[in-house]
Amino acid sequence: MLTLIVLTFALAFITLLMKRFVHSKYVGLITLVPFTLFITFLSYIPKVREGTNVFFKNEWIPSLGISLDLKIDGLSLLFSLLITGIGTLIYLYASSYMRGHVYLHRFFCYLGLFMGAMLGLVLSDNLISLFIFWELTSITSFFLIGFNNENEESRKSALWALSITGLGGFFLLSFGVMMGSITGTYSIQELLGQSEILKNHSAYILLISFLFAAAFTKSAQFPFHFWLPGAMKAPTPVSAYLHSATMVKAGIYLLARFTPVLGGEYEWNTTLQIAGGVTMLYGALHSVFRKDMKSILAYSTVSALGMLVFLLGVGTEKALYAASAFIVVHALYKASLFLITGVVDHSTHTRNINELGGIRHKMPWIAVAGLISALSCAGIPLTFGFIGKELIYEATLHYPLHTIAMILTVTAVVTNVFLTCSGFLVGLKPFFGKLTVRCAEIEKPEAVLWLPPLILAFFSVLFGVLPILADDGFVTALAHAINGKKIDQHLQIWHGVNRALILSGMTIGFGILLYFLFKKFRNPMRLTERFNAISPQNIFTLFVDKFRVFAFIYTRFFQNGYLRVYLMVIVIFVIGLVGYKLFEDVPLHVNTTGLSEFRVYELVVFLIMVVAILFTIRTSSRLTAIAATGVIGYCICLIFVFYGAPDLAMTQFAIDTLTVVLFVFVLFKLPAFLNLSNRAIQFRDAVISIAFGVLISLITLQALVSPADKEISRFYAENAYELAKGKNVVNVILVDFRGFDTLIETIVLSIAAIGVFSLLKYRASDEEISE
Amino acid sequence: MKRYRSKKEQDQTILRTATNYLLPVLLLFSVFVLLRGHYLSGGGFVGGLIASIAFVLHSFAYSTKQTLSLFQFSPMALIPAGLALSILSGLLPVLLGLPFMTGVWFADSVAVIGSVGTALFFDIGVYLVVIGVVLTILFTIAENV
Amino acid sequence: MELLLVALVGVLYSAGIYLMFRRSMVKLLLGFIILGNGANILIFLMGELTKGKAPIIDAEETHFVDAYADPVPQALILTAIVISFGLTAFAIVLLNKVYSTTGSDDLDSLNIQDLDI
Repeated sequence: MLTLIVLTFALAFITLLMKRFVHSKYVGLITLVPFTLFITFLSYIPKVREGTNVFFKNEWIPSLGISLDLKIDGLSLLFSLLITGIGTLIYLYASSYMRGHVYLHRFFCYLGLFMGAMLGLVLSDNLISLFIFWELTSITSFFLIGFNNENEESRKSALWALSITGLGGFFLLSFGVMMGSITGTYSIQELLGQSEILKNHSAYILLISFLFAAAFTKSAQFPFHFWLPGAMKAPTPVSAYLHSATMVKAGIYLLARFTPVLGGEYEWNTTLQIAGGVTMLYGALHSVFRKDMKSILAYSTVSALGMLVFLLGVGTEKALYAASAFIVVHALYKASLFLITGVVDHSTHTRNINELGGIRHKMPWIAVAGLISALSCAGIPLTFGFIGKELIYEATLHYPLHTIAMILTVTAVVTNVFLTCSGFLVGLKPFFGKLTVRCAEIEKPEAVLWLPPLILAFFSVLFGVLPILADDGFVTALAHAINGKKIDQHLQIWHGVNRALILSGMTIGFGILLYFLFKKFRNPMRLTERFNAISPQNIFTLFVDKFRVFAFIYTRFFQNGYLRVYLMVIVIFVIGLVGYKLFEDVPLHVNTTGLSEFRVYELVVFLIMVVAILFTIRTSSRLTAIAATGVIGYCICLIFVFYGAPDLAMTQFAIDTLTVVLFVFVLFKLPAFLNLSNRAIQFRDAVISIAFGVLISLITLQALVSPADKEISRFYAENAYELAKGKNVVNVILVDFRGFDTLIETIVLSIAAIGVFSLLKYRASDEEISE
Repeated sequence: MKRYRSKKEQDQTILRTATNYLLPVLLLFSVFVLLRGHYLSGGGFVGGLIASIAFVLHSFAYSTKQTLSLFQFSPMALIPAGLALSILSGLLPVLLGLPFMTGVWFADSVAVIGSVGTALFFDIGVYLVVIGVVLTILFTIAENV
Repeated sequence: MELLLVALVGVLYSAGIYLMFRRSMVKLLLGFIILGNGANILIFLMGELTKGKAPIIDAEETHFVDAYADPVPQALILTAIVISFGLTAFAIVLLNKVYSTTGSDDLDSLNIQDLDI
């Protein structure tokens, strides 16, 4: 199974190379890739139906508990079928829809990568590999949304989508790591057995917050929903595939996957009910105010996703069963509606429903698909949508707490009324009524364009008439996987006259009423525009803008390009931090015992050095400054002599001499000192430097008091002759014990020499180049 | 032999005369410091620096060009030579089946130097690199700045 | 007397940092050298100071018989001194190059990105 996923990725990359093939008329053959996968997954249906889960073990980093284990159960199988099944149709559709695009090969590459990532995501049985595939879907989605990369809006939308879903990815990783550290395993299958431990763990709230943050951003829940309508800048096949049927459902998948592990608690249910409820109302309400077909669909998708979260939140067996059915219902009708929109847009070059009407004469099959999908969306009997809606009402009506059941039901009904209306706006409005001027001249679309939406519509009817097919095929297994145990529910075409049926009738009635009301509005956007200021998108944009301004100011302040300022920040920071620690924690005391005796000549050397330092600082002559620096060096040389370091003394002497020579060579080519700073700045710098010096002195003093570990020195001293046949221990360390370090040091010196040489020698040729 | 000397050259007569003797003495001293490094203070670094100072002194008395003409080759060539010697001295034990840079010695001691081993050759390598580096840096600067 | 050296380290660090705060390139370099000297003394102090006795085993002995100076800081400082020469040389040439290209010694005036150096 892993091989299949890897192969999908590989084929995607190969597509990049097959530019000629992709631009030929045989491009439709590429559909075989998802189709083969689809058939493969179909073959797992019998096994999964019986309730057995199929595992594929793949080691990756066993020492960290990270594997590429895959698992096929009801949940992952259904998602895999959706991904590959709808994927097949999308490939077929795109091969015509995108024809002639210069970057068609890239398009199919991205699409293939996305499909592979999505399959990996739903099949993963390991939290870490789940996270990796999750991020891959975000990234490929970024490329697909921004596919028309010459359009600024498109790029911006892609960036928004990536930022929001990327933020979610971060939380998913945190969630995964936390789960792993609590339970000691990343395997989702093993987590199922630890459900009780997790639910009673003190970090439970934090865990589900992270999970929700990941799921809500990916599945466009309020207030993170706005990236989804933005993502409609993508080519329509992408919108249909990623942003209605597959990727946005990844969040739902995540919630469903962890329902048996973490679900059922009060916090879990309430949060999901509220978040889902708000989102589904918000999305449904917004959808009817739009005139752009894709916008309407985007908001109704947001609403449907809210509905799914809501149902998972309700959490009863009935609700989980309803959610299972609704995932399929929605995927079928929404993908179909998107594809229809694409065809309409393709031939009329507008998606504004005001300008569209009567196209059924021009493209009858599309009109049929639109009609069926709209009816399924509205929940008219004999469509799969009807069954889905019945189940939803059943679930809300039978919620254990009566008052809450009422609220939930009302929310669901209102949402469905609006969704019915928006479904009609997209599925019916363009096709019925009088043929508008704009649509008079259009051509008949090709078969590969109208066939995919029609196939989807066909399944909406098929499952509506013969629900046993869907029920037996995958919905029961799916509900089983979400619930964690068997659910005794079955899809039925007719439940008898009950409250749910009455509510369904009301929904359809009000929906149709609303449709006729909103059909007439020329520009209903005006009504929503006044709330733009407080829309989440505006708030996010404002936040991002302000953050950018803050980052700019912050960077300007600390990274202003002045070397001194960097240095000063570092020094002040060290003074503050180390100084505080020193005075807070270390008792300052001076231990004079054990120190060497005081000698007058030492004081003399010290005083000479102080005078030389003062000269270096104060002089306005370069020669004096360099000479004074030389004096400092020679004095240090004397100190080395005093304290038993003849090697150091000799080296210091030689180097100091050479440094002075070096300066003398360059001296007159170097600029004269300029007094660039005024007295106040000099004073400030002096204060900081002296504080720093005092701090270093204090640290040194403390270090003197605390006993040093002499083990290494003792080892070298005792073994110098034994092991290295040398008596000058310093030299033995350099050429024998630490010979490798010395070798590296000589290499560094050589590099310095080569640097100097090349800087100076190649000046002439450099100038020639720059001229 | 030049018959006419410029004013500048006349000023440097004493220095030049001194340098003519100092250069070989200092070079000899530097080798001495290098070789005794293992037993008394000294070593490749110091030795190399002293040798460099000798050449720098010579260049002060004469000119950089004349000092360079003392070499049959560019002092820069000393750098790879020294590095190669150091690395080879480290590789020698590898040929004997010991880890890189293990100390290996001849059985008999030599006068002044003491026992001769890979460490000595390593130190000679350091000595050459230091001379090469210092002279390259200083002479390049003197000629080009 | 260690206390004198402790004070010396402080003075060297102060002077080095102060010079590095200046806008002149040459002063920056001098400050850098002085700071390096301060660091060397600091490391030197970390090994316990022993007057007069170098870490060299007496010619007749194979082991140390009496107190000796700590060899490890000495080895560290020795390499540091030599490296600092290479670094100073490179820095000096770099500064010279900058000066000859921009004609300015003021570090602040180099704060322009588009200069073709």
